[in-house]
Amino acid sequence: MNAVAKLRMRGIRWPGRVTPLLLGAGILIAWLLIALLAPLLAPYDPIYQDAAVRLQPPSWAHPLGTDNFGRDILSRVIWAARIDLQIALFGVVFPFVIGTIAGSISGFFGGWVDTVFMRVIDVVLAFPFLVLMLAIITIIGPGLGSFYVAMALVGWVSYARLIRAQFLVLKSSDFAMAAVSLGYSNTRVMFRHIMPNAILSSVVFSMSDAVLVLLNGAAISYLGLGVQPPVAEWGIMIAEGQGFITTAWWITTFPGIAIVTLAMGFSLLADGLGEALGVRE
Amino acid sequence: MTDAPILTVTNLSVAYEDMRTSHTIIDGVSFTLRKGEILGIVGESGSGKSMTCRALIRLLPSSRLKVTGGSVQLEGGGDVLALTPREMTGVRGRRIGMIFQNPASHLDPVMSIGRQIAESIRHHRGIGRAEAWARMLDILRQVGIPDPESRANAYTHEFSGGMRQRAMIAVALACDPDILIADEPTTALDVTVQAQILRLLQQLRDERGLSIIFITHDLGVVYQLCDTVAVMYAGRVCEYGPKDEVIHRPRHHYTAGLIACQPSSEGGTGPVHTIPGQPPNPADMPAGCRFHPRCEAANALCAKLQPSLDEAEPSHACACHHPVGMRTEAKT
Amino acid sequence: MSRYRFVLYRPLQLVPVLVGISIITFVLVRSIPGDPARVLLGPRTTETALARVREQFGLDEPLWLQYFYFVKNLFKGELGKSILYKVDVLKLIATRIEPTLVLVIGSVLLALLIATPMAAIAARRRGSWADHLIRIISTAGLGFPAFWLAIMLILLFSVQLGWFPVTGYGRTFWDKVHHMTLPCLTTGLALAAVLTRNLRASILSELQSDQATAARARGLPENVVFWRHVVPNSLVPTVNLLAVNIGWLISGSVVIETVFAIPGMGQLLVRGIFTRDYMVVQGVAMVFACATVLVNFLADILTVTIDPRVKL
Repeated sequence: MNAVAKLRMRGIRWPGRVTPLLLGAGILIAWLLIALLAPLLAPYDPIYQDAAVRLQPPSWAHPLGTDNFGRDILSRVIWAARIDLQIALFGVVFPFVIGTIAGSISGFFGGWVDTVFMRVIDVVLAFPFLVLMLAIITIIGPGLGSFYVAMALVGWVSYARLIRAQFLVLKSSDFAMAAVSLGYSNTRVMFRHIMPNAILSSVVFSMSDAVLVLLNGAAISYLGLGVQPPVAEWGIMIAEGQGFITTAWWITTFPGIAIVTLAMGFSLLADGLGEALGVRE
Repeated sequence: MTDAPILTVTNLSVAYEDMRTSHTIIDGVSFTLRKGEILGIVGESGSGKSMTCRALIRLLPSSRLKVTGGSVQLEGGGDVLALTPREMTGVRGRRIGMIFQNPASHLDPVMSIGRQIAESIRHHRGIGRAEAWARMLDILRQVGIPDPESRANAYTHEFSGGMRQRAMIAVALACDPDILIADEPTTALDVTVQAQILRLLQQLRDERGLSIIFITHDLGVVYQLCDTVAVMYAGRVCEYGPKDEVIHRPRHHYTAGLIACQPSSEGGTGPVHTIPGQPPNPADMPAGCRFHPRCEAANALCAKLQPSLDEAEPSHACACHHPVGMRTEAKT
Repeated sequence: MSRYRFVLYRPLQLVPVLVGISIITFVLVRSIPGDPARVLLGPRTTETALARVREQFGLDEPLWLQYFYFVKNLFKGELGKSILYKVDVLKLIATRIEPTLVLVIGSVLLALLIATPMAAIAARRRGSWADHLIRIISTAGLGFPAFWLAIMLILLFSVQLGWFPVTGYGRTFWDKVHHMTLPCLTTGLALAAVLTRNLRASILSELQSDQATAARARGLPENVVFWRHVVPNSLVPTVNLLAVNIGWLISGSVVIETVFAIPGMGQLLVRGIFTRDYMVVQGVAMVFACATVLVNFLADILTVTIDPRVKL
């Protein structure tokens, strides 16, 4: 039986009512549209400074208020969606690809290859995530590119571990053995037979990972090591608003709410996908 | 053993119901347990023997399993099936206790054995800690656990298999039940330990007048321990009577087959007897007698009409159209 | 006792990991561009002054030799000298370790305090509005950036209500408790979101376990079964979850200490990175990494002790 049929056998159920899956997908699509349609939706230019309207509370002219440079918060939040969605996307995709390849090789071949990989993973995992990222970004220099490089170097381990575990289990499953006994080459068995099944948990995991990546990206930008001003990004906006928290709470509050809602979308999608695909964490 | 029935089960039925289907798991099971009697319920896996006993204390493993009919009359307690949840907690443990096959998973791993027993004692009797502890030590002694004072503070994983089962029995006895349901308690134990546990159960019956329902698939154990036997197949009782009768003079073909399957103590080089076929799937029960597809003596009547426990020999009932020993019509 | 055999084997497995940690720490730190001597002495300085500082801290030796000294010192229990503060890094860490420990332990305790009743109520009343509400809140809680939550809490409790101080660590015991409440609450809430979801699932699973069934068969009422037998057993996998998340907790402490200006190890690290204080960064990173490894090891021992069903 081929891998596709196996997937269908898992019985992916179509939900009839509002479920985490639909809600999560809805939120993500909404943010995606906001990001894509930013030029149409944002009432003002996000980096345009208007000294006359500095630190204005929310009003009809500026629904989310203005910051200390007179920039419209609503427009900045909308445009920042592009950056933060990018962060969530690339911050997941690079580690996903690298980790999946590394983990598949490790899990499939076993032996000393596996042992070496596992020790490397242990070492990387021993370091607190942020500490490692801070060190790497300091070496390369601040910026969004550095963030992606750091994520790729550090984030692959979770995916490698996950897919390796799946491979170890599936390697000795019935249909993998059948494929090998039919004379298929190792790579073929690995990619056409085992991979589709193994990758399901990675996909579900990547959704919850997106939340962590988003929060990390915002944190690093907040610390001044990620996206640089005057680019609008939610983490930076929070940092910029921190000094005015007593006089202009809106500068910090609204970007944070944006992060929370986007993250919620990912979390709900992760839950929903996990349920639908029958994947348990 | 007296003649007074302490538990009367009449026509007990349990069904599995979900949104799409519904099928019967246990169908019209009836038996009587007398005070001081040890009743053995025998059957293959899937025969419904465990499920029946769960139904007796209304602890079915899934919310989709429901009791759909019958009554369980407990002496001095009315129909167990009609009690409120609150009343049920008064029946469980105190009137009907239960011990399980795998003591390791059925005892709380993070609480010492002594505390688990004392907890039950205090709950059912409402006495103080010190007195409960003393009684607990007493029970540990009764079930044959050596050095109770120090063993009471031990945890489940520190006991060996046989000791664990004794601990499990102790926990059940803490409530001082009138009836003990033993769900395959010796299946996972090796033979010598098994013998000890069986002896312990007999002792408990002799000394305390405990009535026991013993579930097993092992006829040898039944023969050693039980007074009465009920043989179950596919959710129904197919034979029911005193041990000697049922084992030496089986009337139902399934029972006869089970007995023939037992390796003979005389040795010999003949092939081991097996009953051809498999027990049926609850969703897919054969029409008529449930055993008929596997039965040598089945005929057209068996395929059409389900037999019920007959009254021909009231003390040794059998649900079969052509019980063993009866002259049968030729197979058509 | 064979269950504890891994206690003997695991340290052997950990040795290469510790070696790897030391190598990576060293390589990373040395790769940070910028000359620490320059950072220390400032832009207006002479070559001789720079050379003297470099010689003083062994910065002019070849790299492999520097690594060798680093490891040699590790075995002696020394972590080098801070270029910025001019004291032993070990001493520096010793003074800074308390706030970080308080933050981590306080967060864990608060998280357990919040998560356990929430998860228990959600599991007990599965499918009710309380359950749905708790699940939504905990899912949303996963997405709260710690630094933003900190600022929001400061806004509410320090600025508006004036209940807690905004920054600092405090002197006396109760003063420290007062100062550390908001920081611990911030991380604690974030951790509670994760814990609640996990614990709820764990409780639901334990409700159907054999031992819960056996407890009911003894006639114990559902409340007793739930609180005395189900919940304690559900907390066992939580130990493991907390250990796995220790790295995340330490990461969080770095950010939280920055927001609340707490003089802990996290702040020490960030400052070390910005001032190219090699020894400090090396020392702190090593301590963090080794602490993570140690905590995971201890958690495994604890799990095996509490739950005899586990085999490692």
